[in-house]
Amino acid sequence: MSRDKEFNIEDLLIDQSKFDFKSQVKYAYKTIPGLNKQVVEAISDQKQEPKWMRDLRLKSLEVFETWRDPRFGVDISDLDVSKIVAYIKPDAKKATSWEEVPSEIKDTFDKLGIPEAERKALAGVGAQYDSEIVYQNIKKEMEKLGVIFLDMESAVREYPDLVKEYFMKAIPITDHKYAAFHGAVWSGGTFLYVPKGVKVPLPLQAYFRMNNPGMGQMEHTIIIADEGSEVVFIEGCSAPFYEITNLHAGAVEIYVKKGARVKYATIQNWSKNTYNLNTKRAIVDEDGIMEWASGSMGSEKSMIYPASILRGKGAKTETKAITYAGPKQHMDTGSKVFMLAPYTSANVDARSISIGGGWAFYRGWLRVGGNAKGAKASVSCQALMLDNISKSDTIPLIEVYTDEADIGHEARIGRIREEQIYYLMSRGLKEAEAKALIVRGFVEPFAKELPLEYAIELNRLINLEIESSIG
Amino acid sequence: MTALLEIRDLRAEVIGEGVEILKGVNLIINKGETHALMGPNGSGKSTLAHVIMGNPKYRVTSGDILFEGQSILNLSTDERARLGLFLSFQIPEEIEGIKMRQFLINSYRNIHSKDERTLLDLNKSISELTQKLDLNQDFLERYINTGFSGGEKKKSEILQMGFLKPKLCILDEIDSGLDIDALRIVSESLNSFRTEEMGILLITHYQRILNYVVPDFVHVYIDGRIVMTGKKELAEEIEEMGYSIIERELGININEE
Repeated sequence: MSRDKEFNIEDLLIDQSKFDFKSQVKYAYKTIPGLNKQVVEAISDQKQEPKWMRDLRLKSLEVFETWRDPRFGVDISDLDVSKIVAYIKPDAKKATSWEEVPSEIKDTFDKLGIPEAERKALAGVGAQYDSEIVYQNIKKEMEKLGVIFLDMESAVREYPDLVKEYFMKAIPITDHKYAAFHGAVWSGGTFLYVPKGVKVPLPLQAYFRMNNPGMGQMEHTIIIADEGSEVVFIEGCSAPFYEITNLHAGAVEIYVKKGARVKYATIQNWSKNTYNLNTKRAIVDEDGIMEWASGSMGSEKSMIYPASILRGKGAKTETKAITYAGPKQHMDTGSKVFMLAPYTSANVDARSISIGGGWAFYRGWLRVGGNAKGAKASVSCQALMLDNISKSDTIPLIEVYTDEADIGHEARIGRIREEQIYYLMSRGLKEAEAKALIVRGFVEPFAKELPLEYAIELNRLINLEIESSIG
Repeated sequence: MTALLEIRDLRAEVIGEGVEILKGVNLIINKGETHALMGPNGSGKSTLAHVIMGNPKYRVTSGDILFEGQSILNLSTDERARLGLFLSFQIPEEIEGIKMRQFLINSYRNIHSKDERTLLDLNKSISELTQKLDLNQDFLERYINTGFSGGEKKKSEILQMGFLKPKLCILDEIDSGLDIDALRIVSESLNSFRTEEMGILLITHYQRILNYVVPDFVHVYIDGRIVMTGKKELAEEIEEMGYSIIERELGININEE
């Protein structure tokens, strides 16, 4: 019996054309390609940094030069750091109103819907263009409550002690080679401090846009949620496609203090010439809650494993991750949880979709330490392969050093079940639509974690529009 | 008058196995008629349902299936659904992440693409049907059949039938696994949801549902064929004496699995 042959794999491919536009924007300064002492010092000079930061950069450079590439993950032999321009400063002053942002740059963010989202649903926005933040603003009410929301350079200047205490402490420069790279040439990013007991009612967002070919974007984000505070932070990123390699090696450090709660949501849409070697880590104190919602859609190759270190008693973490590996993409993504205190709990739900020859690799590491008496953890990874040319792997590593922990694990790799497609077709859905619906359902646990506008965007991104059920 | 469904000497096999599983089925269902198809477990009753619906697991080797006079053999499952065929699955698929309400509306828009009822109107109908089935409104916010009890799954199928309003409704063991209250609710809903024009093919192993949904014809289906056709009373005889009476009467061997 014939199936309708209209099904086209294209129907399930992510439409990245929305992000693929280039702008002619003047830059004020850029470093020569490659990474050496002159480049590092030039960046530090441009930023007029204090000595401690300059020293940190130079120390990082030393580490970078002596360390080897990671022996796991994606093949980065194509990545030639000597060709990457580490710093491009746009010809724009940091603005706190969109009117002050140069029109070519503002156009870019308009197309990406950032000012609109800010008006509708956000408590504040930081927007980075190439290597520098060009716009940063937070609602006055938030400022009055003592919330600090600044670009990282301003924070280094205005809150040196606070920054010094936390900068590259969750992610030391010796963590891995690209953490050292990041330490040497970091630029831009957000510094967020939420005072004790303050609950930020709307999400804050940072958006990172790379416009130039062959560049690296290395923003540094620090979030400190002081005791009992709550905040939701959304990170988005994109770039136009170029024939040459771009590099993104950002770092996100989150400090969740006693009883605080942080949710960090990412929708990553880098163009398919980008290497995304990003590091994200949270340190969670007693009764703190860290939630990661991690959507990895773009880039040519990614290595990203949001990590939670639960060091306080009763600390919790939850990770919801979706990875999409389309044609020519190799996505090595996962999650890391270290449970180092009693009664900590962790829940990881990682899902991937591979299509059109893409390769989705789940790499997880759950470590339950000897002190984690009464710890509870469950890890689930599911991979959906949508055709015969795509690949999927999972390596969920679980180490448990206590007898008094409750650990569950589940892994599933497979294709869409024919019976499910048939069932939906028996209700009048075309084959392509049935598949799209199943994929959409598969992504739902992640989409649910996003604010509505972003969930809609995600669905549009996966090109799976179905009539809204809201009557 | 053109029959709603006409099956002519239908033979089919499981693709890849080459074993004939429908061995010459003949059946005519007219508008408004209710036909019960009874047979022992393992006789292949469900296969017939799936072949009518166009399950790609099976290949028709000879014969024909006509729906309102037109052969549907070359149509895909979704095209058959859009013509007005509906199959209530014995074991409905669970599909995570998509809510029942959304699924119902999506299906409705596909099957009744020319219908201009508003979303509000459709939602109202869904809510009413849900109530009749003695289901909580929360049911509609749950994912398709996911984590449903056996009874909820059957009710979910009847809800879909009631909302999608097919012309021909094939019910594959809608009564299995239901307790007596659930059976009553499912049967009553079935009766109230059906339109006068609707044809029903009720596949069952037991007679008890036929006390609620009264058939115009009863067919006994054994080993890939309809071996006997009668009225309601035939079902009662089988209930009383078991399928062995057929065996004795026709001199065939029944392997009840």
